[in-house]
Amino acid sequence: MPKINYIEHGGKKHTIEVANGLTVMEGAIQNNIPGIDADCGGSMACATCHVYVKEEWFNKLPKKEDGEEDMIDMAYKPNKYSRLSCQLTVSNDLEGLTVQLPEKQA
Amino acid sequence: MINTDVLVIGAGPTGLFCVHQLGIIGLNCEVVDNLDKIGGQCIELYPDKPIYDIPAIPECTGEELTNNLIEQIKPFKTKFHLSDRVEEVKKDNDHWVIKTSKGKEFKAPNIIIAGGVGSFEPRKFLLKDCEKFEGKEIFYYVKDKNIFKNKIVSIFGGGDSALDWAIELSKTSKVKLIHRRDEFRGADSSVQKVKELEKKGKIEIFTKYQLNEVEGEKNINNILIKHDDGSIKQIQTNYILGFFGLIMKLGPIVNWGLNLDKKTIQVNTENFETNQNGIFAIGDICTYPGKLKLILSGFHEGALAARGCFKYARPNEKLKFEFTTTSKNVQSRLGVKPND
Ligand SMILES: Cc1cc2nc3c(=O)[nH]c(=O)nc-3n(C[C@H](O)[C@H](O)[C@H](O)COP(=O)(O)OP(=O)(O)OC[C@H]3O[C@@H](n4cnc5c(N)ncnc54)[C@H](O)[C@@H]3O)c2cc1C
Ligand code: FES
Repeated sequence: MPKINYIEHGGKKHTIEVANGLTVMEGAIQNNIPGIDADCGGSMACATCHVYVKEEWFNKLPKKEDGEEDMIDMAYKPNKYSRLSCQLTVSNDLEGLTVQLPEKQA
Repeated sequence: MINTDVLVIGAGPTGLFCVHQLGIIGLNCEVVDNLDKIGGQCIELYPDKPIYDIPAIPECTGEELTNNLIEQIKPFKTKFHLSDRVEEVKKDNDHWVIKTSKGKEFKAPNIIIAGGVGSFEPRKFLLKDCEKFEGKEIFYYVKDKNIFKNKIVSIFGGGDSALDWAIELSKTSKVKLIHRRDEFRGADSSVQKVKELEKKGKIEIFTKYQLNEVEGEKNINNILIKHDDGSIKQIQTNYILGFFGLIMKLGPIVNWGLNLDKKTIQVNTENFETNQNGIFAIGDICTYPGKLKLILSGFHEGALAARGCFKYARPNEKLKFEFTTTSKNVQSRLGVKPND
């Protein structure tokens, strides 16, 4: 299973094995990683699963679908490396992906 | 003080169908919702999206589902208290006293919480400085546009609310429109209009900027906005408007003495009662082993919770099981005329 690194705002790192097909959001929720709320359960309607993707990874990820950027507008302190973790599906290509969690989600 | 058999908190699909279930067993209820309209997530988050998993309805949109539910409960003439939030719930002997943010008071032996992921509220700036100006010089909705006359107003956001208010206020105020990226997600016609107004010098637009700091002691003097590249700009401002859509906040529900599990309320699966007698929780807000956050589960939970309310509302009566097809009692509550 691919390993995903979640770095909390305070710097604490969690390395979690997440099954292929789950989203980066689900990996965090199922493992009780603080910092991802995911209020809408992954339907791209809440922006409380917002993460910053490390620069070297950002361009390797599948592009944002319609609507993701609109939703990111509503996230807390978005930047150009912002993604919604419910839209990132884990696969072998994402082995070692590192996402940084924002200070808060809302 | 409003007396009712059941106070329903939340007018999402779960709360609405529960009103129906209460109605057919002869209990009355009133409904409170923080949104200004009925329908919960279906109407606020996805009115135009099709839903495919409502039993016996192959396809309907969030709005159609809501309208059908409203139609189905019409016979009961239920009173809805919209744009109001339930703040406080207190036990008083054998009933509950419920207070809302607008100061309404209800007295009821039962409360059914169908609160989804919490009440819908505007997303706010999360800068600490912003709190002290909120409601005075920082707003998340416009109540009285006259206060902005001849003032400098900085509007944040890229959706329809931000664009519409920028256009409207530019008639009488100096408007600055600030958004975190170059694209606006509002209607094309509004985006065009805003750009025209910019050319005419009526609106100043700053894109790729976000709010960084608010300066001022008693009143706002300036704001500092930060560009994607890190540079900072100071803008003179009297008022700030933020339009970042709505977010669901559990809010006051955490203070009601209920057993919570993260952002959900623990219930039993016989009648979806919580640890407090006479308080039930149904729909997205409840949790139990195997819970599915689906509309269809909310309907089932509401049917059982409604029956759970009966013993507190009618302690001296026994609830009879009846079918809507064959019970004259139920049909008269539904207003069905005998030979229909
Ligand atoms: C984009 C999207 C697509 C979806 N698609 C489907 C689908 O295809 N099929 C499906 O079954 N489900 C779907 N869902 C999930 C479904 O919408 C929810 O399960 C459903 O809305 C839950 O209904 P509810 O009545 O429990 O809560 P909600 O719809 O969340 O309504 C709760 C209401 O309670 C109010 N409230 C909360 N606290 C208070 C308070 N203290 N005072 C006053 N009011 C309060 C809120 O303002 C809100 O209006 C989808 C959800 C989303 C976001
Ligand atoms: S979980 Fe709500 S947008 Fe990702």
